[in-house]
Amino acid sequence: MVIILLLIIWEACSRLFVIPTWLLPAPSDIVKEGVTSWSVYNHHLFSTTKLSVIGFGIGVSVGLIVATMLHLLPPVRQAFYPLLILSQNIPIIVLAPLLVIWFGFGMLPKILIITLVCFFPITVATLDGFRQTSPELLHYMQMAGASKRQIFAKLQFPHALPSIFSGVKISATYSVMGAVISEWLGANQGIGVYMTLAQSSFRTDRVFVAIGFVMVLCLLFFGLIVMLERLLIKSRNTEGGK
Amino acid sequence: MSELVIEKVTKSFADKKVLEDISFTVKEGEFVSLLGPSGSGKSTLFHLIGGMYSPDSGAFYLDGKKINGKRGAISYTPQSSSLFPWRTILDNVVLGAELFAKPNYDQAREMLEKAGLSGYENAYPHQLSGGMRQRVAFVRSLLSPQSFICLDEPFSSLDEFTRLEMQRWLLSIWEENRKSVLFVTHNIEEAIYLSDRIIVLSSNPATTKREFTIPFARPRKEELLLSEEFLQWKKAVYQELR
Ligand SMILES: Nc1ncnc2c1ncn2[C@@H]1O[C@H](COP(=O)(O)OP(=O)(O)OP(=O)(O)O)[C@@H](O)[C@H]1O
Ligand SMILES: [Mg+2]
Repeated sequence: MVIILLLIIWEACSRLFVIPTWLLPAPSDIVKEGVTSWSVYNHHLFSTTKLSVIGFGIGVSVGLIVATMLHLLPPVRQAFYPLLILSQNIPIIVLAPLLVIWFGFGMLPKILIITLVCFFPITVATLDGFRQTSPELLHYMQMAGASKRQIFAKLQFPHALPSIFSGVKISATYSVMGAVISEWLGANQGIGVYMTLAQSSFRTDRVFVAIGFVMVLCLLFFGLIVMLERLLIKSRNTEGGK
Repeated sequence: MSELVIEKVTKSFADKKVLEDISFTVKEGEFVSLLGPSGSGKSTLFHLIGGMYSPDSGAFYLDGKKINGKRGAISYTPQSSSLFPWRTILDNVVLGAELFAKPNYDQAREMLEKAGLSGYENAYPHQLSGGMRQRVAFVRSLLSPQSFICLDEPFSSLDEFTRLEMQRWLLSIWEENRKSVLFVTHNIEEAIYLSDRIIVLSSNPATTKREFTIPFARPRKEELLLSEEFLQWKKAVYQELR
């Protein structure tokens, strides 16, 4: 609702004050551009979607694997946890050109960038989930004679699932952003490329079209994850079992 | 075929001595209650039997085998509820068995029915009342492969009505199964009603203060609670606790 109101105000302003389109196009202009030149940019859109999905998939897997390893091997956790945080302190904008220098303009550096922005929220959230396992349940499992593996598979992992999902949700939105950033640095197609082209030719309406699609893509990802989450942890209740 | 011998067990935490020279035996098919004030170290004793940590001195023998620090030898139901909130009731009761072999779901359903829980197989713990959850936890113990059961104050969080009903239920089920039970409580009446023997612990540090053998025949009826003889026993135990 708020969004619709904002759009109406925006539309009204740009008509009232006759703002030139290259400065700030009215929402109606943006939509028109979006519809009419669909055939021009749809391949960009698909390319970015593909890149985000692949990068996201790899990012999630890496995030889960890293979290599991750090959790199961406490000495490794102590050694690598600071490194993990450090890896997030390097701005992607600085790292990205480096990756291009090392790996060229292909898929690899782009996927690396997305993976790098995606895995961290998942690793941190998953580790927290593992660590917050209820001590009573842990006691029960240990005294019942469960092996380390059983404790992990039957207790810690399912317990961490809600945390994992909050990490995955954050990563889902990051992945689209990561894809666009990686495309800025050198690619022949993608929303990032389309955006750069539009920007350099002052087609502000096209920049907005691109922004719109980034948002839609993010929301779509997010929605899919939320659906999956509902499906997997539908009937559980955090205060249960007390 | 399950006899637990506790021999001169001593345990300290930091410099605080919690258990001192605890010795007693639970014979095959016997129901023994541990009665002691809050904080006297009853749960600690269970954790030791269950192998969570080793005693400073002394030993536990189950069927003649030393089980110090060995996990999975007994079936334990913790003081606070320990059902897994993301598992259905049916999946919860087979957990103990599942750790060692493929669980027998038919038997589990049958036991749940006897516990008055039919129709709740696919419910989740948070949908059940406190008394029902305790029954689920006890059914889980019965279905576990271990033939020695430790129950840590299973009824302490229940109101008087439910408690009485649960005691009756526990007796009826137990009189059928006859696994050896070590039962912790600080309710005198409960201890007398349920047990073959009562071990009274003193506190700070806990020592075995006195042992009562309760002669009432089984199966025991509820009317017993109001009999003159029962009151006599209650008095005797009460004197010992003061
Ligand atoms: N892991 C531990 N580390 C240090 N102290 C502990 C530990 N576990 C128990 N204690 C101490 O041992 C004492 C006995 O605790 P325990 O839980 O065994 O009492 P309890 O008899 O079960 O009491 P309640 O009836 O209230 O359950 C307490 O003073 C407690 O502080
Ligand atoms: Mg206790």
